[in-house]
Amino acid sequence: MAQIASITLLHNDDARPIIEAILADNPGVRVLNMPGAVKLDRDDELVVNRASVEARLGREWSPQEIQLVLISMAGNLDEDDDWFKLSWKH
Amino acid sequence: MTVQIKTIDLEPKRQTFGHIARRLGGDKPATRYQEATLDLQATDNFHYKPQWEPEFWHYDTRKTAVVMEDWYKPLDPRQFYYATYNIARANANQAVERNFTFVEDRDLLGKLDPAVKAKLISGLLPIRHLHWGSNMNMSEACQRGYGTAVTAPCIFSAGDHLGMAQIVSRIGLVLDEQTGTALDAAKEAWLNAAEWQGVRKLIEDTFVERDWFKLLVAQTLGVNAVLLDLVYKHADAAWGPAAVPVAMLTEFMADWRAEEGKWSDHVVKTVAAESEANKALISEWAKTWIDRAEEAAGPLATALLGDASAAKTAADAARARARSLGLTL
Repeated sequence: MAQIASITLLHNDDARPIIEAILADNPGVRVLNMPGAVKLDRDDELVVNRASVEARLGREWSPQEIQLVLISMAGNLDEDDDWFKLSWKH
Repeated sequence: MTVQIKTIDLEPKRQTFGHIARRLGGDKPATRYQEATLDLQATDNFHYKPQWEPEFWHYDTRKTAVVMEDWYKPLDPRQFYYATYNIARANANQAVERNFTFVEDRDLLGKLDPAVKAKLISGLLPIRHLHWGSNMNMSEACQRGYGTAVTAPCIFSAGDHLGMAQIVSRIGLVLDEQTGTALDAAKEAWLNAAEWQGVRKLIEDTFVERDWFKLLVAQTLGVNAVLLDLVYKHADAAWGPAAVPVAMLTEFMADWRAEEGKWSDHVVKTVAAESEANKALISEWAKTWIDRAEEAAGPLATALLGDASAAKTAADAARARARSLGLTL
C-alpha cells in the first residue's frame, strides 16, 4: 500500500495560491477541508513548485515562505530554491 | 474518560461577491486583488453629464481610440491593490532610507569634486521635473481611463513618480547641505539649459494629449523606456566617481522600472492583441513617441556622456521591447 505524503495548511488568503498550486501540480491529490485548515494528501509524493505559486501570487515567492501557513506535514522533506517536496522515496 | 472535541465546518453561503463570481465563472474563493479590482468602476446610472465634456459620460470607453470588448482583460500581473501596493512600496522605501543613511554617514556625495557635483546638479536633478510631469500623465490616464484593472495601477504609478521625484530632490539636498540651492539651479537647467529643452518640450506636449491610452503608451514606451532608462540605466559613466553612490540612491528607480515594466508591457500587449485596429493604432503611437523620445534624448546623452549613442541604445531597446509586445514598428 502506498504511503501518504501529506501537508496541512492554514486556509487563508496567504495560503490560497499555494493550495491552488498544489492542486494543479499534483494529480490525484485528496483534499480534506477543516475549519480554518486544509489537509492535502497524495500517495507517495506531494510537491509545491515555486513557479506555480508565483504565477498565482503575482510576485516572487520563496518556498521557505510556506512556513508561515504550514500547520503539519508528513513525509521526508526535500526543500530547494524551486520546490518544497514531501515523499517517502529514498 | 475520553473527551471528544467536535468541530463543525461551516460552509459560507457565498465565497465571494456576486459580480466577482460571475467573472470567475462560479462561486469560488476570490483573491483580495480580484475583489478590489473586478468591475469596481461604475458603468451605469450616472445622474448628470459632466459639463466640461458633455460629449462623454464620466467613465466612457470612447475617451481613447482603441477599443476593448472588456477593459478588465488587461489585469495587473503584480496583483496590486491598495494594501499590496503600499506594503511593497513601504518595503522599498526602507531600502531607500538605508541607502541615504549609508551615503550621508560616509559623506559620499559631500566629498565629491565641485565639477562632479555641478554635473549631478545639471544632469541628474532636473529629472525630478520629468517625474512630476509623468505623475501628471499617469493621474490623467487614471482619471480618463476606463476600468479599475487599468486605472488603479495608473494612480499607483503616479504615486511612484512623485516618490522618485522626491528621491531625486533628496539627492539635491544632500549635495547642497539641505539649503535647496542645488534644486534651484536644477530648475534653472530644466527651464533654460539646451540639453533639457527637448525633454521638457516632449513632456509638456504629452500634457495636452486627450486620448488616455495614447498617453499611457507615450509615457511608458516613450518617457519611461527611453528617457528614464537613459538617465538611470545608460548614464552611469556620466557621474564619474559619483557613479556608485548615485546607483545606490537611485536603486528604487531600477527596481521600479523592472516591476512596473511588467505591468505596462502586459497592458500594451493585451490591448494590442485585442484587434488588428488596436495593434495598428498602438504601433503608430509607440513609433511616434519612441522616435520623439530618441530625438529629445540625443542632446541630453551628448551633454551627459559626450555623444548621442546612449540615446540610440535606449530607443532601440524600447523598440525591441515594443516589438516583443506584438507591435509593428
